[in-house]
Amino acid sequence: MQSPGRGKSKGSKMSIEMIISQIFNGLSLSSILLLIALGLSITFGIMGVINFAHGEFLMVGAYTAYVLQKIFHGQDGGTYFLISLPVAFLVAGIVGFILEKSLIRFLYGRPYEGILATWGLSLIFQQTARNIFGANNVEVTSPSWLAGGIELMNGLQLPYNRLFIIAVAALSVFVMYLYIYNSSAGRRMRAVMQNRDMSACMGIKTKSVDSTTFAIGCGLAGVAGCVVSLLGSIGPSTGQNYIVDAFMVVVLGGVGKLSGTIAGAIMIGMASPLFEYVTTSSMGKVIVFALVIVFLQWKPSGLFALKTRALD
Amino acid sequence: MKMVRLLKTSIVVMFSVFAVISPSGYSRAADKDPIKVGVLHSLSGTMSISEVAVKDGTLMAIEEINAKGGILGRKIVPTVEDGASDWPTFAEKAKKLIQQDKVAVVFGCWTSASRKAVLPVFEKFNHLLFYPVQYEGLEASKNVVYTGAAPNQQIMPAVTWLLKEGRKKFYLLGSDYVFPRTANLIIKAQLKAEGGTMVGEEYTPLGHTEYSTVINKIKAAKPDVIFNTLNGDSNVAFFKQLKAAGITAKDIPVMSVSIAEDELRGIGADIAEGHFAAWNYFMSMNTPENTTFVKNYKARYGKDRVTDDPIEAGYFGVYLWAEAVKKAGTTDVNKVREAVRGVKYKAPEGMVAVNPTNNHTSKIVQIGKVRKDGQFDILWSTGKPVEPEPFPALVSKKKVIEPGKIEEGK
Repeated sequence: MQSPGRGKSKGSKMSIEMIISQIFNGLSLSSILLLIALGLSITFGIMGVINFAHGEFLMVGAYTAYVLQKIFHGQDGGTYFLISLPVAFLVAGIVGFILEKSLIRFLYGRPYEGILATWGLSLIFQQTARNIFGANNVEVTSPSWLAGGIELMNGLQLPYNRLFIIAVAALSVFVMYLYIYNSSAGRRMRAVMQNRDMSACMGIKTKSVDSTTFAIGCGLAGVAGCVVSLLGSIGPSTGQNYIVDAFMVVVLGGVGKLSGTIAGAIMIGMASPLFEYVTTSSMGKVIVFALVIVFLQWKPSGLFALKTRALD
Repeated sequence: MKMVRLLKTSIVVMFSVFAVISPSGYSRAADKDPIKVGVLHSLSGTMSISEVAVKDGTLMAIEEINAKGGILGRKIVPTVEDGASDWPTFAEKAKKLIQQDKVAVVFGCWTSASRKAVLPVFEKFNHLLFYPVQYEGLEASKNVVYTGAAPNQQIMPAVTWLLKEGRKKFYLLGSDYVFPRTANLIIKAQLKAEGGTMVGEEYTPLGHTEYSTVINKIKAAKPDVIFNTLNGDSNVAFFKQLKAAGITAKDIPVMSVSIAEDELRGIGADIAEGHFAAWNYFMSMNTPENTTFVKNYKARYGKDRVTDDPIEAGYFGVYLWAEAVKKAGTTDVNKVREAVRGVKYKAPEGMVAVNPTNNHTSKIVQIGKVRKDGQFDILWSTGKPVEPEPFPALVSKKKVIEPGKIEEGK
């Protein structure tokens, strides 16, 4: 019962297709981590609020994809998924905006209360999702054009859905780069991040910058939720699976810097599958986390430290 | 005035504590009052994908019994508690059900980790738990009635069946906790004894969702079959990613022992199509009891809902307990615990009976293959109930003399 597609390489310890495949896995994991950590990093960076409910915005995005699938039920699965990406961004962003206005803004500069409040918020979100959609996980059917993959060589198939995720992550980073570094709104955002009081003096409406930034961060998490629905099922606790890794990326990369987040995501994303391959899944994670802790002893502010006064 | 009320309250509290400690006082307390029972499952967290439906099955049995007038002329009132997929929470809630709600019995738990967490509580209070899920064996508490499969009623027949089908090279994949690790211990011993080999073994944390590396390892190991003891949501990610990597059931089939019809709804039947599962009950079974059971379940919880093995075990567990209460003529925990030994019931899967020596249930064993519609084609069946052996001779020399009394082998 051997498969016809496999079996050329005679079980050598780590063949060339295994290595390519592992690198690809690393890239794909990096891109997911990047999408989640991007939003976390900018909200953390600009407001100093440690948002434990960030994973729940991912869940909101994932459920958006699910709801759209229900609405477009019966039609070709191809189009609705593309639509669900911007819709998830909007839905998660709007929820984030409302939340920022009603709760988060009272927590600026109070990190401990912030942690507790956002953690409580994440529980409320999860329970709400459970009440609306039920405790069972639900499935988002992948569009037909994402089924299968490119067969690079014998026994090495790169799944389309993972290629798609990498593309979405790359596009998001590109758009974020344009926004942060090449738009006036992004310039205001960076100004507030570097020195809030001074920016306020210069006439920047820091409050509206805060809420927009928070909304964008949440929107990005929503997009991440959309793409992770391609990999597994989604449920009320989906966000919890990713939040710890996302925090790791942010602290490793250095808070509030796009390049730091990218570097952090790639490092953790590439290292996890590698250690997982040579040890076991549980051990691999332990090693990665241990390395991050050791690294932070050496460089407490992460790979790319942002010189700011706002975070002092 | 306040002092008097405080005094009154403390007297009441003292009496209720006394009532729990002394079993005779407990049963005499109020005979025409409703019977309180506890239902303890994860209604949130990673295990809720599986446990919510078992709770529903349990509650349905309780309502059916109530609709027929209850037992001993008394209605059953369930108290539902959420174990939240967190093992210490299970222990805490079990204690609450026993001490505060003073239930007559508790139906609940799914993972072995949660059962191990509540076990000391039930033993300390000398209470009674009905446990509805297949598990790894090596246990026979007098405070637990096991209505799911023992290893020789699910895992071991599945391994033997696979070997007979000519699949000799096994890859063992499981979640990282007590059930998969112990189950794999048994499987490894069995492979050694029956002429199979293990080409890989991997454990991932509960709730793990990134399986591409594990799948690469599986590809490199080239097994004939993957023996899957993953629990909860991880299964969805694993099957989806296995298919995306281009591995179908024709290439390497997966034999699962924790995936039933309900989990298939989450995974997507098109993704798991062609893979195997071993259970005691399948929704597609053709018995009159099952037809009624499925019809009632759907009428109660919705047309799109499905029944499966643990739901059925949770359901008939209530009936076994009810039979024991009728036999004992009381809800007194000690007497019910005695009476439950040997009790029989015609369940949807066929006749089930509590084995008087080890408190496990004799059940039929079957192997199914996933169909496109999310149901199973039954490929193989023992045809008649198999007596439970919680301590397989392959891995343990221990012998159960009676529930709670286990003798070291020579």
